[in-house]
Amino acid sequence: MIRVTALIAALMLLPLVAAAKDAIILKTAVLKIDNGPVLPLSRLDLPAENDGFAGAAVGLADNNTTGRFLGQTFEATEVTAKPEDAIKAAEVAVADGAGVIVALAPEATLLALADHFADQNTIILNATARDDALRNASCRANVLHVAPSRAMLADGLAQYMVWKKWTEWMLIHGSHPADQLKADAYRRAAKKFGLKIVEERNFEDTGGARRTDSGHVLVQRQIPKFTNRADDHDVVVAADETGVFGDYLTYRTTDPRPVVGDAGLVARTWHPSFEGWGATQIQRRFEKAKQRRMTDNDYQAWLAMRVIGEAVSRTKSADPSVLKDFILSNDFEVAGFKGQALSFRPWNNQLRQGILLADGKLVVTVSPQEEFLHQKTRLDTLGFDEPETECAF
Amino acid sequence: MFKPLLTAATTALAIAAFAEPSDAGRAFVSNEKGNSVTVIDTDTFEVIETVPVGVRPRGIILSPSGHELYVCTSDMDNVEVYDPETMEFLHTLPSGPDPELFVLHPSGNPLYIANEDDNIVTVVDVVTREVITEVPVGVEPEGMAVSPDGKYVINTSETTNMAHFINTETYDLDINVLVDNRPRYARFTADGAKLYVTAEIGGTVNVIDPATGDEIGKIEFAVSGVPPEALQPVGMRITKDDKLAFVALGPSNRVAVIDVATDEVLEYLLVGRRVWHMDFTPDEKYLFTTNGNSNDVSVIDVEDLKVIKSIPVGELPWGVAIMPK
Repeated sequence: MIRVTALIAALMLLPLVAAAKDAIILKTAVLKIDNGPVLPLSRLDLPAENDGFAGAAVGLADNNTTGRFLGQTFEATEVTAKPEDAIKAAEVAVADGAGVIVALAPEATLLALADHFADQNTIILNATARDDALRNASCRANVLHVAPSRAMLADGLAQYMVWKKWTEWMLIHGSHPADQLKADAYRRAAKKFGLKIVEERNFEDTGGARRTDSGHVLVQRQIPKFTNRADDHDVVVAADETGVFGDYLTYRTTDPRPVVGDAGLVARTWHPSFEGWGATQIQRRFEKAKQRRMTDNDYQAWLAMRVIGEAVSRTKSADPSVLKDFILSNDFEVAGFKGQALSFRPWNNQLRQGILLADGKLVVTVSPQEEFLHQKTRLDTLGFDEPETECAF
Repeated sequence: MFKPLLTAATTALAIAAFAEPSDAGRAFVSNEKGNSVTVIDTDTFEVIETVPVGVRPRGIILSPSGHELYVCTSDMDNVEVYDPETMEFLHTLPSGPDPELFVLHPSGNPLYIANEDDNIVTVVDVVTREVITEVPVGVEPEGMAVSPDGKYVINTSETTNMAHFINTETYDLDINVLVDNRPRYARFTADGAKLYVTAEIGGTVNVIDPATGDEIGKIEFAVSGVPPEALQPVGMRITKDDKLAFVALGPSNRVAVIDVATDEVLEYLLVGRRVWHMDFTPDEKYLFTTNGNSNDVSVIDVEDLKVIKSIPVGELPWGVAIMPK
């Protein structure tokens, strides 16, 4: 099934400053892969149907506000498709003139799209897939990663653990592939920053309902048993991208230890409480437009649109190859409420960015931590740096 | 809610301890987190009083006559007006939502206010206290400047990355100039020949010819031992003779001194933490800087280019305006 919605074009509040013949129109397809409903442990975490799309729409509006001063118009189409329909859906959008695809898609779909459009003048912005492989062995020249990798998130968390001197970790990982990959990222981060994983446990997903009427009674007994008799540790690190057990750990572990990772203190790109570096402005802008709070996916899709908007306003071009060259050049920078310019790593097309560490209510800190130095930019202390990349375009 | 700050006894003490308020130069510092304005004697560098104001005071300016002190109380969606002599609350002005920075026309009226949430600049008549018009600009309007002849008001929009030239007669945007990332502040030279726009995330100051809107230069910053991303240009002041410009560099805790003739950086002065805005004493002997993360004001001796004093103020000092004697 494919669902297509046209988003608004330019807001015609003011006359365009340039004559029609100079006008630049940039069309984007925002493609969201529908993998069916995944129920979170907490009903507070039920995703909105327009998760991601809403951020892209606010980014589009921002681009058009700027564009009207430059005679530039931005258009976007929202496309929802099942994984097996992704290429067909993207082809329709590209045939309709979309030169840019903002993908809210998992790794496999993203790679299929990248390979399908490899010989065309189309660029893909990865707004949600975190896989480290996409930044290494499976990298593709026509894909720009706005979403951070698992390694960047894990490194951001690990730096703060060093700062707190919470050096001994009990790592609990889920049984799904994404959880295993996240566990790999935590192991890599621990090694990179000199932390020690003293205990590892696997939380097997045995299926069954995520939420039940009196489930808390069972969980209260289950988690202490599961976390019993662990070697001495400072924190529990949950590798639970699938959201099967992480939120069950807090306040329930045998030893009274903070939970970090995919529950408790979580490494992420955005948080609706974040007010640093002018962020309040976009929180309010988003909430006014969409009547709900801005999520990580919304932020990443907004940022993908801003990357494109920034490239179009600076190059005065709507040619995807011109935009891509500029985006990957030293001249490109975009502001994303992270207190410094964000730019792309040319060795794997990954956007450099600060990582927020937040609990349920507030942002606790933003990594990279000040103490971690780098010869080029401290942002490159997060994720795969140039010397370790396995990416070859 | 506007409680008199000082009791009768402490008022008497203050009068006894300091020079007559009307004789002393005074600096007014808005404390964003403290919800207060700190008043400093610019001769003795002593705090005279700290006055509670509305919620989240940021932009702060004095009228040319010196009879009004305007404070953007951002979270109350208005501008509060005080008598700077007595710090008595006079009235509020409408401001549009979330006012941050503003400028007065050189004649003292109207007031031009950047509303960062609504992509507009609100123009307010300070006498009738009515909104004259709202001018749509780019995303997240912030910096405001007025040309010495009063013909143009400049607004910078932080996400659109532009300086918008608002014609003060027609309210049209006559020129829109693309500048570097997150433009925070704009300032004309006294002769009106140059417009400077600071770009916080770009880490630069764009130099613009106001006659054409063309970029005629760019100032970059480098301090050894300071990460480049910490050099974030924000507030700016230029001496009346157009010789020196001072640029506050945010979390690098430095103020850069610029030779206006060549646009070269002459020196970096170490001030308090996260320096944002500045103002000269009327004789331009001293420059006061607000240091948000160290809750103090640094005093720069303009002739010697030395930081000579730190004055503790309220929480998160944001802006500063200095009263002529």
